[in-house]
Order: sequence, then C-alpha cells, then structure tokens
Amino acid sequence: MYDIPTLQGATVDSKEIKFKCRDCQVYYGDNHAIKDVSCDLQDKTVTAFIGPSGCGKSTFLRCLNRMNDTIDVARVTGDFMLDGENIYDKKVDPVQLRAKVGMVFQKPNPFPKSIYDNVAYGPRIHGLAKNKAELDEIVEKALRRGAIWDEVKDRLDSSGTGLSGGQQQRLCIARAVATEPEVLLMDEPCSALDPIATAQVEELIDELRENYSVVIVTHSMQQAARVSQKTAFFHLGNLVEFGDTGQIFTNPSDPRTESYITGRIG
Amino acid sequence: MTDATAPSLPRKSKSLLAEDDRTKKRNAAEKRFKYYGIAAISVGLVFLVILVATILREGTPAFTRTAVTVDFVLTQEQFDEAESAVLKTAAYTRLFSQFVADQAEEKGVATDLTDEDRAEIAAGLERIMGKIGSDIRVHYRENPDDVGSPVRFNLAAASRVDAYLNNGQSRDGFVSSRFLEEQDLDLIDAMVEIDMIGSDWDRTFFFGSDSGVDNPGGAGIGVAVVGSFFMMIVVLVLSLPISVAASIYLEEFAPKNRFTDLIEVNISNLAAVPSIVFGILGLAVFIQFMHLPQSAPLVGGLVLTLMTLPTIIISTRASLKSVPPSIRDAALGVGASKMQTVFHHVLPLAAPGILTGTIIGLAQALGETAPLLLIGMVGFVARAYPDTFVGGFTEANSVMPAQIYTWASRADPGFYEKAWGGIIILLVFLLTMNIIAIILRRRFERRW
Ligand SMILES: Nc1ncnc2c1ncn2[C@@H]1O[C@H](COP(=O)(O)OP(=O)(O)O)[C@@H](O)[C@H]1O
Ligand SMILES: [Mg+2]
Repeated sequence: MYDIPTLQGATVDSKEIKFKCRDCQVYYGDNHAIKDVSCDLQDKTVTAFIGPSGCGKSTFLRCLNRMNDTIDVARVTGDFMLDGENIYDKKVDPVQLRAKVGMVFQKPNPFPKSIYDNVAYGPRIHGLAKNKAELDEIVEKALRRGAIWDEVKDRLDSSGTGLSGGQQQRLCIARAVATEPEVLLMDEPCSALDPIATAQVEELIDELRENYSVVIVTHSMQQAARVSQKTAFFHLGNLVEFGDTGQIFTNPSDPRTESYITGRIG
Repeated sequence: MTDATAPSLPRKSKSLLAEDDRTKKRNAAEKRFKYYGIAAISVGLVFLVILVATILREGTPAFTRTAVTVDFVLTQEQFDEAESAVLKTAAYTRLFSQFVADQAEEKGVATDLTDEDRAEIAAGLERIMGKIGSDIRVHYRENPDDVGSPVRFNLAAASRVDAYLNNGQSRDGFVSSRFLEEQDLDLIDAMVEIDMIGSDWDRTFFFGSDSGVDNPGGAGIGVAVVGSFFMMIVVLVLSLPISVAASIYLEEFAPKNRFTDLIEVNISNLAAVPSIVFGILGLAVFIQFMHLPQSAPLVGGLVLTLMTLPTIIISTRASLKSVPPSIRDAALGVGASKMQTVFHHVLPLAAPGILTGTIIGLAQALGETAPLLLIGMVGFVARAYPDTFVGGFTEANSVMPAQIYTWASRADPGFYEKAWGGIIILLVFLLTMNIIAIILRRRFERRW
C-alpha cells in the first residue's frame, strides 16, 4: 500500500509500531518544508533523523508532539497515528499529547527554578502525585533515569540554571521523563555539549530505549551510528531513506544517502 | 604549489614595545571618548546637585512656621469683662496684648510702658499674629474651666514675620507696609528675647488643606496628599490588570494580522499623546457625558489610567518579549497549556520589567498636572479630609502637583515657599515609589 523504503529485518517485526506517519506535509507559509513523508517509528527503539541543515528534521520531529502548533505560519497535513489515534484529530488536546510525547531541545533550557521544581513541574501540572512524598519519589526516579541523581541529590534546592551544560541537558531529559511519556523526542540534544557530556547523554539514551520510543535528531553521523537502531535520512524535505542503522551506514540504497554519509553533501 | 614555494618578501618585524601610529590614534580616540563620558556624567551630577540644593533651600522653610507662644492667664473678671463688652474679640485682643506688654516689662525688655506704647504693641501684635482675639475667645468658650489658670497659646505668626526671622533678623531692604511696619520689628526682637516667638514644625503644612489666597500660613498639603493617594489607587487598580492582560494577550495569544498590527500602532501612538488631550477627553466623557462628580479623585484616576495604560503596556510587552522562547518551549514541551506557560513561567520572569514599567507609569501619573486642571482638581476645592473611604474617591479634592501649581500661581510670596515645600513632599513620594520598585525587583530577581 505505502512505499516505505527499506523496512525489513527480524527485529523490526518483533517490536510494536508506536508512530505511524503517512503522507505528511508541512508548509511554513509558502515554504514546503516536509514533502510527502511516510514512516513508522517503533516502540523501544532509538530512531535517528539525519540530514543536512534545513532539510526538515526538526520540523518533522516537532510534528510528532504538535510543537508546530505554536508557529503561526506552520501548516501540517497528513496522518500521524500514535497507537492508532490521529494526534491531529480535532478532539486531541495538544497539552495531553505533549505529556505523552516528551521533548528535549537542542539548547538545554531548564526553568530558572530549583532543580527539584524543574523536574516536579510536569508531574504537578498533570496531577501525577497525590502528595509530597509521591512527588519526591517521582522526582528522584526521573533524576536517576536522567543519570544526574548522584550529582544533584544534595542540592535539589539550588537553581537548575547553575548546573553545567551537560548537567542541564540531563536535567532536561529528567524533566521530560518525569511525566512518564511514551515517546521521547530529542532535537540535537548534544550539539551544545562537550564530548564527555555527550557520551553521558548517549549512554542515557541507550538506557532510555528500554522503556521509551526515542527519536533523536542529530548532526553527527557517528552519534546516529552509536545510539540508534533505525535511521531516517532527510534531504530537502524528503524522507530519502529509512531503515536499520547498520544498513544505512554500510549499504545505503539511495545515492543521496551515500553522498551525505561519505561527506559529499551536507 | 607554486605559491607555496615562491620565496616570500622579507617582512620587517615590528617591535611590540613601541606603539605604531594606528594604535596611538586608536588609543587616543578611546581616551577621548572616556573623557566625554565622564564630562557628560559630571554635568548631569552638577545639575542634580544644584536642583536638590535649590529645592531643599527654598522648600524647607515651608516645613517650619514662626509661632508666638504665650502662657496666657485670663482672670475671671477679665473673662466677664470681655464677654460683656460690645466688641468681644477686640476685648480679648486688648487683654492679650496687655498681657504680652506686662510680660515684657516683667522680663525686663521694656520699661515704663505708657498707654500709647501699649496701644502700639496691641496694634503691632495684631499685624504679627493676625486676629488673635477670636482664637482666644473660642478657646475659653470651649474650655471655660481654663479661666484663671495659665494656658499655653501657640499661634502662628504672619508670613512676613517668618521671612524677617528666617533672614537672620536683618532689616536690609525691609519695606514698611500695612502688613508689617518698621516699629513692629522692634517688638518682634523683644519677643524673641523673651522666647515668646520662635519656629516650630508647621503641622498645618503637613496635615492641613489649602487656604484662602491671603493666608499662606494656613495652607497645607495634607488633603492634597490624600487626594493623590485615592487617585493613585484608582490608577493602579485599573491600569495594572488591564495593561498586563492586554500585553499578555497581544504578545502571547493574539494572531499576527492587520487588526493586531493596527492595535499595536495605536498603542504606541497613544503613549505619545499629550496628557492635556486625555484631560479634555476625561472632561467630555466622564464628567459631561457620564456625570461623574467633578474634581473627584475617581475621575482623575480614570483620566490618568488612560494616560498610563500605553506606558505600562509597552514596557510589559517589552519584558514579555525578552523572556527567552526556549522557556516557553520547555514548558509547552512538558505539557503545560499556553496559560500555564504564561502564568507559571513567562510572567514571573517578566515581572521585574513589568514592575518597573508600572512604577514609572504611576510616577508619571503622580506628577501629572495638566489633565487634572481640566477636570477641576485644582488646589482650592477641598477644605477638609474626606469623611469616608468611598468619599475619598468621590468628594472634590486636589492632588499634590495641582496644589503646587495653584500655590505657585498665587500673588502672595508666602505661597512661593509653600510651592517649594510641596515639591519636596512630592519628590519624597516619588523617591519612595522608586525605592519600593527597586526592593521588589531585587526580591523577584533573587527568587529566579
Ligand atoms: N519557524 C519557522 N518559520 C518558517 N520557516 C521555518 C521555521 N522553522 C524552520 N523553517 C524552515 O523549514 C525548513 C526546515 O527547517 P528545520 O526543520 O529546522 O531543518 P533542520 O532541523 O533539518 O536543520 C527550513 O527551510 C527552514 O527555513
Ligand atoms: Mg534543526
């Protein structure tokens, strides 16, 4: 029915499909930024979006939790089925959706509040904790999952903006997982980090795969190769190739993918 | 290849220890610029010092008054005699001046006073203290038990006596007039010697209301302060919520289209409209059309709200804009609604800026005169404090700057000093507001 490029392999079939996207178009005014993209994103898998700058990776990622709603000129069409429900349905409240599909941004953006409040904010507004003890527990769990608990457990009351860049980004990841999302979107989460912090975050992403469907946009092909099981290559708004990471990096089927991977376009 | 292997020209290496011409020029320019800056700041400071010094010099005399203090004793016979006289207050005046003359003799500053001398003293006292008789009579009618025992009378002296004493009792350039004659100065000197005349805090100035045009000594700013207070309540209560709500809507929720562009342009234009235009608008709409009470702080507050709104809206929008978009993304990303994003994150971060804008707007309103003159909040309308809290809004009253304006435009030089004193009070209030703004800013900034 749909022509999805290179979707194969035993591991694929064993995992549920979390996001099913069909015929997706995004326009910024007259600019056709995403053209006819269809793909399936699996649960408990890290999917990497790669491609040259301006090819629409972030745009597509932002479609998945309707962050594009906040941009006046953006117009999105097509089907985005999360567990079989179209997230662009009129009945869907984007606020509920975003609790289910968390997001981590390129630049670490902790709230200028205490570390505790940063993580507790999401659970609070969604009413996930009945009392303080429960909230404490949620915060601790999230910070542990964000692999930052040991570093901050003694100073939960100090400001989140006082942490180093890498710590801030892990705090943001902790904040994103605190609302118990099912999908975690990450837009170049390591581009503002040094190599050590990057390694920590990558390790964290690998752990998160156990519970979440993770989608990560990255500029670094090494990073895509290291953390992802699936890779999607975008070029000028088209999804050129989508498949197993190993396959894409060793044996790409499209010449454009090959040129990008070998460094000729980008 | 060829370029790389071509022999390069020998380069003359310059010493780093000697400045070359370009560097010298650049450093000189930098130094010059620094001096310009220092000069500009110095000029500003000099003007500020002159301003403050002048205001304090001219204004502080308004805070004190010259008062005649006499421990007066009225015997029962004198009381009966005065009460049965045809001209009762005149009788009291005569008794009082007799008493002062006796005191002077007793204390040794005057000897062998003849009846003529006494008559002269009586006439002089009347010029120095105004109509004393009625004050004294009122006191004894209200407190008949005081008859026979010493009562301390503390009565304001005329403003010319004030001027004479403030001038260091110098008679240079003194011109006799029906208000004060040359020989009265001798009497004043004598009274100073026996501590009957001296200066004290002018409670009337701080707590009183405006007086008639010929009585600067009885004029006070207290009622106008209360008028300003009630007016500022109206301005604050209306302009802060309206402008913050408008700014939030325009900045965070409104779609960007022609209509919102139009609104935006109009708000910027409103901020530049002369305040007197708002005054005449207030006169036409609030008083002539809606029939709200004239000269009321309520109407003044409404007019100034119109004037303050654009100021606060512009600064509020600027501070909302300055909140980084990443914070909004972060909040939306964890599933906060637009409202929650604004109220939990954006607004607190913008609060210091909003606060500053609000205080600046309020300070502007507090010092505004022109529009209030048009709606009748001029100086002399109120003679007493409002009776009730609601009355504070609806009863005719004045405000500080209008009161100052009224005094400054009066002929009697006594009011000149009052005007300066009023300016000090006004500045004290403005300064207080600014300090409050700074304190609040600090607190907000520490929290975030
Ligand atoms: N907020 C926006 N408004 C208008 N155009 C945008 C906006 N964001 C992105 N675009 C355009 O959409 C295209 C894709 O951008 P983006 O998704 O950010 O690319 P990538 O993340 O792959 O570098 C670009 O041409 C960019 O100019
Ligand atoms: Mg991007």
